Amino acid sequence: MTTTLSRPPADTKVPAAESDRSKAENRLGQKLVAPAVVLMLLVTAYPMMQALYLSLFNYRLTAPDDREFVGLGNYGTVLTDSLFWQDMWNTVLIMVVTVAVELVIGFAFAMVMHRVIFARGVIRTSILIPYGIITVVSAFAWQFAFSLNNGFVNSWVPFIEDNFNWFGDHWPAMFAIMVSEIWKTTPFMALLLLAGLSQVSEDMLEAAKVDGATWWQRLWKVILPNMRAAIMVAVLFRALDAYRIFDNIFVMTRGAQETESVSFLTYRQVIEQVQLGVGSALSVLLFLSVLLLAWLIIKLFRVDLAQARGEG
Amino acid sequence: MSQKNNIGTWIGFAAILVWCLLPVVWIISLSFKSVDETASGSPQFLPKDPTLDNYRDILSNGDFLAALRNSFGIALIATFLAVVFATLAAYAIARLEFKGKRLVLSLALAIAMFPVVSLVGPLFDMWRTFGLFNTWPGLIIPYMSFTLPLAIWTLSAFFREIPWEMEQAAQVDGATSWQAFRKVIVPLAAPGVFTAAILTFFFAWNEFVLAISLTSTTGSRTVPAQLSYFVGPDPFNPPYGQLATASVVVTVPIIVIVLLFQRKIVAGLTSGAVKG
Repeated sequence: MTTTLSRPPADTKVPAAESDRSKAENRLGQKLVAPAVVLMLLVTAYPMMQALYLSLFNYRLTAPDDREFVGLGNYGTVLTDSLFWQDMWNTVLIMVVTVAVELVIGFAFAMVMHRVIFARGVIRTSILIPYGIITVVSAFAWQFAFSLNNGFVNSWVPFIEDNFNWFGDHWPAMFAIMVSEIWKTTPFMALLLLAGLSQVSEDMLEAAKVDGATWWQRLWKVILPNMRAAIMVAVLFRALDAYRIFDNIFVMTRGAQETESVSFLTYRQVIEQVQLGVGSALSVLLFLSVLLLAWLIIKLFRVDLAQARGEG
Repeated sequence: MSQKNNIGTWIGFAAILVWCLLPVVWIISLSFKSVDETASGSPQFLPKDPTLDNYRDILSNGDFLAALRNSFGIALIATFLAVVFATLAAYAIARLEFKGKRLVLSLALAIAMFPVVSLVGPLFDMWRTFGLFNTWPGLIIPYMSFTLPLAIWTLSAFFREIPWEMEQAAQVDGATSWQAFRKVIVPLAAPGVFTAAILTFFFAWNEFVLAISLTSTTGSRTVPAQLSYFVGPDPFNPPYGQLATASVVVTVPIIVIVLLFQRKIVAGLTSGAVKG
């Protein structure tokens, strides 16, 4: 594989006389990162090329001899199908709602964790449990909680009839899926925001207080602007993660009641229908949409990724 | 800085505990409900007549035990290899000047955002050709690739904090370079490596998309995949209690790790993300 790994292009101009020592350092550095780079490319870049190639064919795994070149036909098929747009809408809706809710709850959790001076270990341990738990387990726990015959939600929540079937209709099912997603990932959001919160200077807050700023003003004028970087990084990572939602939908509804996401649609085309042609076109579209989304978030919110990588 | 813990903070504290633990207590409670109880419908939170039958069944279920073995094996091997490669890369990124450093970091960032489902089709095809379909390496290789970015970030953030000049100081004091490395650098770097290993293990233990797509038998199917296939004889009446029990069993390792290493995990999660 090493033959396909071209030397990364130099982005800085090379000094005229490079010392032997810095040359050696350069070589050593490249040798040390090479295995990781090769591994990352082997499982992503190469298969992605393969997907791009396969997406140009009408190719069903069960009928390999009928494989024929159709150009961009598969993309036309996908983009004119209302199911694709329904699933895209679901995916974007789940992403926007879950990230927005997580941001609010996560920030509240971070505020509490920042102020609590007792039992910090207890709170840290509890908040890491949803983070560490398997998503499939979270999906089962919530599916059972919302279950018609064996769930506690119907009897606990007021104004909900005891025989209400959460998975019998589109919106309640979407709600249940989002609850599981939000429950599992809010701790991650809260921890990132907590780290940002701890970097807000106490002196500045004290000064604002002395100047007569209300709690609300301090929150919007001092705390939030000073933890912008942390918020943006948390939003970027969570949004891209939520956009790829799959596990919860697979376990809780299997896409029934029109709760399918783009990831689930892609999976179904490739693995269940073995339509590698259309499935690959979906894979490519999913990949491109993630790129577009990442680019949009980075540009719109001016996320400082150098700071995100700890290079700031 | 003394911060008063007022009533609001107490309520918040209680709210966080309820939020985090309620669903966990719920599946534990469900795991003690008997088959008869769930089959006839039991909407109350606690079991009427707690029983250990589900645990007896699950712990003698060959398929589940095989999945548990696969999960541990695959996650541990992937973690070990990913951390070794990430340590090499992170050391280079934190300590050496070399061309393409930014490119490597950008690549890692791109891989971290990669939609795994996009790879299911081509990997399915490739793995069948290479004979990796439904094998341990068939999952270990992609798990390594997808955990490398997180491990590289976490480790390079940790490595930047290490006072490397202590290595030279030890050598000046007469230590050989191996002694300086082993007695000075290893103890300083170990917590970071360990943290990266925990986060990597969590990822591999949790992964679902590839686990259901690239396996077909209990020979390599991991726990999340096995759970999703575990519907029992009657698909309209899933074995709630047994599924809950299996869920509890696979959550135990997570809880043990979290209890022992909560401080390290929090440090690792936030180091790569927000340190300026």
